[in-house]
Amino acid sequence: MLRLPSFTYLQPRTLHEALAMKTDAGPDGMYVAGGTDLYPNMKRRHQEPRTVISLMGIPELAQIGMRNAQCGIGPCVTLTTVSGHPTIRDDYAAVAHAAGLVSTPLLRNMGTLGGNLCLDTRCNYYNQTYEWRQAIDFCMKKDGHICWVAPSSPRCWAVSSSDVAPVMVALGADYVLVGPGGERVVPAARFYHNDGINYLTKQPDEVLWEVRLPRPDGWDAVYHKLRRRDSFDFPVLGVAAWVRWEGGRGTRDEGRVAEARIVLGGVASWPQEVPEAGAALVGTDLSDEGVAAAADAAYRPAKPMDNTDFDLSWRKQMTRVYVSRALAELRRRRLPPAR
Amino acid sequence: MASAEQGLRVVGKALRKVDATAKVTGTTKFADDLFLPRMLYARLLRSPHAHARIRSIDTTQATTLTGVKAVLTGKDLPIPFGILPVSQDEHALALDKVRFVGDPVAAVAATSEETAAAALARIAVQYEPLRPVTDAEDALAHPEPRIHEYGDQGNMHKLIHLEFGDVEEGFRDADLVREDTFFFEGSTHLPMEQHAAVADWSADGKLTLWSSTQTPHYVHRALAKVLELSPARIRVVACPNGGGFGGKSDPFSHEIVAAKLAMVTGRPVKITLTREEVFYCHRGRHPTLMWVKTGVKKDGAITGMHFRSLLDGGGYGSYGVASTYYTGALQTVTYHVPRYKFQGARAFTNKPPCGPKRGHGTPQPRFALEVHLDKIAEQLGLDPAELRLKHLVPPNSITANWLRVGTMGLGRCIEKVVQGSGWKDKFRKLPTGKGIGLACSSYITGAGLPIYWNAMPHSGVQLKCDRGGGVTAFCGSTEIGQGSDSVLAAIVAEVLGLDPLDVAVVTGDTDLTPVDLGSYSSRVTLMTGNAAIQAAERARDIIARHAAAKLDVSPERVAFAAGRVFDVERPERGLTFADAVQLAEAAEGTVGTVGSYTPPPSPGTYRGAGVGPSPAYSYSACVAEVDVDPATGIVRVPKIWIAHDVGRAINAATVMGQIEGSVYMGLGEALMEEMAYRGNRNVVHKIPSLLEYKSPTTLEMCDVVTYVVEDPDPNGPFGAKECGQGPLLPVPPAVANAVYDAVGVRIDEVPITPEKVFKALRRKEKGEAPRFGPAAFPDIAWPEATRVPPPWEGGDGKAVPLTPGASPGKTRSRKPRARARGR
Ligand SMILES: Cc1cc2nc3c(=O)[nH]c(=O)nc-3n(C[C@H](O)[C@H](O)[C@H](O)COP(=O)(O)OP(=O)(O)OC[C@H]3O[C@@H](n4cnc5c(N)ncnc54)[C@H](O)[C@@H]3O)c2cc1C
Ligand code: SF4
Repeated sequence: MLRLPSFTYLQPRTLHEALAMKTDAGPDGMYVAGGTDLYPNMKRRHQEPRTVISLMGIPELAQIGMRNAQCGIGPCVTLTTVSGHPTIRDDYAAVAHAAGLVSTPLLRNMGTLGGNLCLDTRCNYYNQTYEWRQAIDFCMKKDGHICWVAPSSPRCWAVSSSDVAPVMVALGADYVLVGPGGERVVPAARFYHNDGINYLTKQPDEVLWEVRLPRPDGWDAVYHKLRRRDSFDFPVLGVAAWVRWEGGRGTRDEGRVAEARIVLGGVASWPQEVPEAGAALVGTDLSDEGVAAAADAAYRPAKPMDNTDFDLSWRKQMTRVYVSRALAELRRRRLPPAR
Repeated sequence: MASAEQGLRVVGKALRKVDATAKVTGTTKFADDLFLPRMLYARLLRSPHAHARIRSIDTTQATTLTGVKAVLTGKDLPIPFGILPVSQDEHALALDKVRFVGDPVAAVAATSEETAAAALARIAVQYEPLRPVTDAEDALAHPEPRIHEYGDQGNMHKLIHLEFGDVEEGFRDADLVREDTFFFEGSTHLPMEQHAAVADWSADGKLTLWSSTQTPHYVHRALAKVLELSPARIRVVACPNGGGFGGKSDPFSHEIVAAKLAMVTGRPVKITLTREEVFYCHRGRHPTLMWVKTGVKKDGAITGMHFRSLLDGGGYGSYGVASTYYTGALQTVTYHVPRYKFQGARAFTNKPPCGPKRGHGTPQPRFALEVHLDKIAEQLGLDPAELRLKHLVPPNSITANWLRVGTMGLGRCIEKVVQGSGWKDKFRKLPTGKGIGLACSSYITGAGLPIYWNAMPHSGVQLKCDRGGGVTAFCGSTEIGQGSDSVLAAIVAEVLGLDPLDVAVVTGDTDLTPVDLGSYSSRVTLMTGNAAIQAAERARDIIARHAAAKLDVSPERVAFAAGRVFDVERPERGLTFADAVQLAEAAEGTVGTVGSYTPPPSPGTYRGAGVGPSPAYSYSACVAEVDVDPATGIVRVPKIWIAHDVGRAINAATVMGQIEGSVYMGLGEALMEEMAYRGNRNVVHKIPSLLEYKSPTTLEMCDVVTYVVEDPDPNGPFGAKECGQGPLLPVPPAVANAVYDAVGVRIDEVPITPEKVFKALRRKEKGEAPRFGPAAFPDIAWPEATRVPPPWEGGDGKAVPLTPGASPGKTRSRKPRARARGR
């Protein structure tokens, strides 16, 4: 079978210890949480840390708490917990839903929110064994020089494949990072980079310490996912749609969209916000015309490449369909329930 | 003696499999679960080139690594092998050439798997790349450089041309003549257990190989040949297979290499393939391009059929010659075809070799034929179920290509699914987006001929009756999860009146068991079953003779049931089975018997008549219901109704399991499975992993309503026919026909992916042909036809001798087009 390379495994009990261990290990050290992304990658020699520092023994990282009516989720909370937590389900249904759509129950029991948000980008020229990659003489993302998806391109187009990240960007969540130099807070959107190799703005020694969700007041969000098999596939397209209603949430009267964000997963190296699509919705009541304009706006910049499941032109076509469906769901949720 | 037929006590019941508890509690020992003292671990170095000559191999750096005990290259195993005598084209390790990315080149045995892997990285191989052949049409267009030095022409491995009656005359008689082109994508078996083998070379010069193989007998022969050992010095033990589906039916490099490494090092050697390597072993479904032309009368009666297939064979022969014949063999056993012409071609390409996957060579033509008939029915304004029912092949008849059909339950199967699914109220009546489709099929119950020519039985059983009342059945058959051990126990138990759990089965061991050819071609229940009946009846005769004397009745009055041997007219007078065995043993010595089975000879004797004949044909009919999302093209299959004519179910539960399992596998091929390669990137397999090679999981599986139709066949044990492969066949065409019913587009190829449905729907919107599928079949230089008159034209099953000079030799001359399969 495919074997892991040998490595040193460390289990810090405090954040301080973890940071010190990482400093000692230098560039050869990596953090791990559930390991459902890192260990398969190590087997295929994508990531080759000689020291692996587990964050799972640090109690603060596995908590969910409320501060100033804002929900804070520790990165080591498992996806199973995120998807089943009452507060998250009630006030941040899109987050719970997206977390529940990740892979299989087994992987959600192991996989964490932090790991999901820091997930390595994916490409089917890259997510292959060393021997397979040798047969194409490797690629730019690891061990090689060229990008086989776009051979004349100077960059890597590996795909952001996290289900929860687009929702975080759409919601406008904040990530709290702690590194040797202290703490900083970055908006989710600025945590990601549209580059398949340098896909995070996080420094390698920084730990994602907490994810802060905005107060649940007057906005609503949904997440729709396209994939071959609902049983365990990664998204080939994710649509996170967020709107703030004039007059706020809970008011059931006819209202208009004050602000909106559409964020696409699976089509770029980062969760791709499409500002034109959001703008097209402002002032509408999510009527069919408004939805169509937004779907069209989202379709245009979506640039899937030939490196995931499905044909790329079909995937591009599907952005229109999935954005429309996500917005239709938001509209339905807005209407009073049938009596 | 009272016949067991009167009241069956075991046969037909839904009994627990004899190995079920071990399987579900995880105690079954698969090959990878075996650990021997001082065992070494082997790994294979595989080619990173699709097509290349090997210039040199330097293993020095590997040999010197601590922990490495032996390194092998092609030179160490120079004798070729292959499953078919006509395709001895494989080497355990490439000798001078590699033929696909993943072709094994060198092997290492070391004290750990990690060390073996590290040693592989230190082997330096110099290659001289050659132009790779990416698919069958590329092979037609590029006869050079040749992948193999043998084959019918250039890179065409095999060309077949058979004609049974004058089809042109058939077309002239027809009211409608229709032509269609289809493509069936390649797919792989995906057994849960990766191939594994353990070899041991004993101090007294005897080799033992434990392997996850479906065909220990053929592995035995290959080892003897390549290792130049007497077969008497080799023992092959087939471990329980964690699924096979045809993917473990060839002798494989890793088996031969493990054996050789054990011989070289004097230590046991284990090799377990990675999932990626299992994709490279492959031997799965041939990607097949097909063209079919059929003439029909107004009522749907077929007047003639012409079928062409072009198979993409991959880098080696494997079972490919048989697979190619199979794409043309069984068109005639479902609906009456009075005149039939078949042209089949198999190409060598630089990809993992294709071979037998569940349904071996027949799901592809069945897909084409059943969709083609659906189109014909629509053109004639007939209900497709009615059309089929009207023109069934009669039971006990001989087809145009000289196959002998015995019992034929297809009519009852069609009636079952038509009624169960509410077909008449749904067909062409459901709202847009919902559809229903029907298809049928047939499959062989065991190939009529062995893989290598010989006149010996195909299956043998030895029975030993113990004084304690237990019975042991020894048979070469191989348990691959399909339940063959349970069938063997059930049949012996039925004849001897025992509980199946009191029958010990020893199977798949060339030292201990008589030969059974293996778990392929749906042959095991029928062939081992008949051999087991013969052995058990012989034992029953011996035991009955002595029990009769003791009971003072004639042997005819002795019955066997519930562990007793008794007077059938006064059942209270009797003895236990154990006591009866003791009487017999005291009188005659050890009670042991043998039984064997050879299929009846086939009426066809022309060249090529060896593929297709079978002691019995199973039949299936299937109705699929689909939901098609017109905005995306995504197809979901909520429900399938399937009826299968199994002759008689030996175990009602395992028959259901095989039928549902076949539906499941058929659904994967219908909707998503694809052996995809990157032709422009060194022909690498695009997705050799369980995550990215898309196959349904239980959550994608539809509801299945199964009807078991029992029409006992005189050739089957208790009337049993096959059920492990046939029910897969009608699923892909039923789904395709249902998609058409739902949204009015024809998807003439599988898998029926959302992209294809979406494209066809857009074409329909634009007023173009509402279809997705191959455009044309390329021109191929077919050899002259072998002409065999069908039975009703006074033939005798032989080919008409060629008249010298009468024919131009080749039936066409245009140059093959490079890319005829434009979409
Ligand atoms: C078969 C399969 C299917 C999958 N399907 C999906 C899917 O459908 N959708 C999806 O989104 N994902 C999917 N995944 C990916 C993965 O399982 C999940 O994204 C999971 O949430 C990752 O979390 P983890 O804790 O296991 O990550 P890990 O493997 O532990 O870590 C992933 C990365 O994040 C870094 N990291 C983790 N925590 C922190 C932290 N607190 N601070 C700094 N860095 C950190 C690690 O260094 C590593 O680089 C799938 C994986 C597999 C194997
Ligand atoms: S996008 Fe290009 S560089 Fe990036 S992983 Fe894929 S092939 Fe490699």
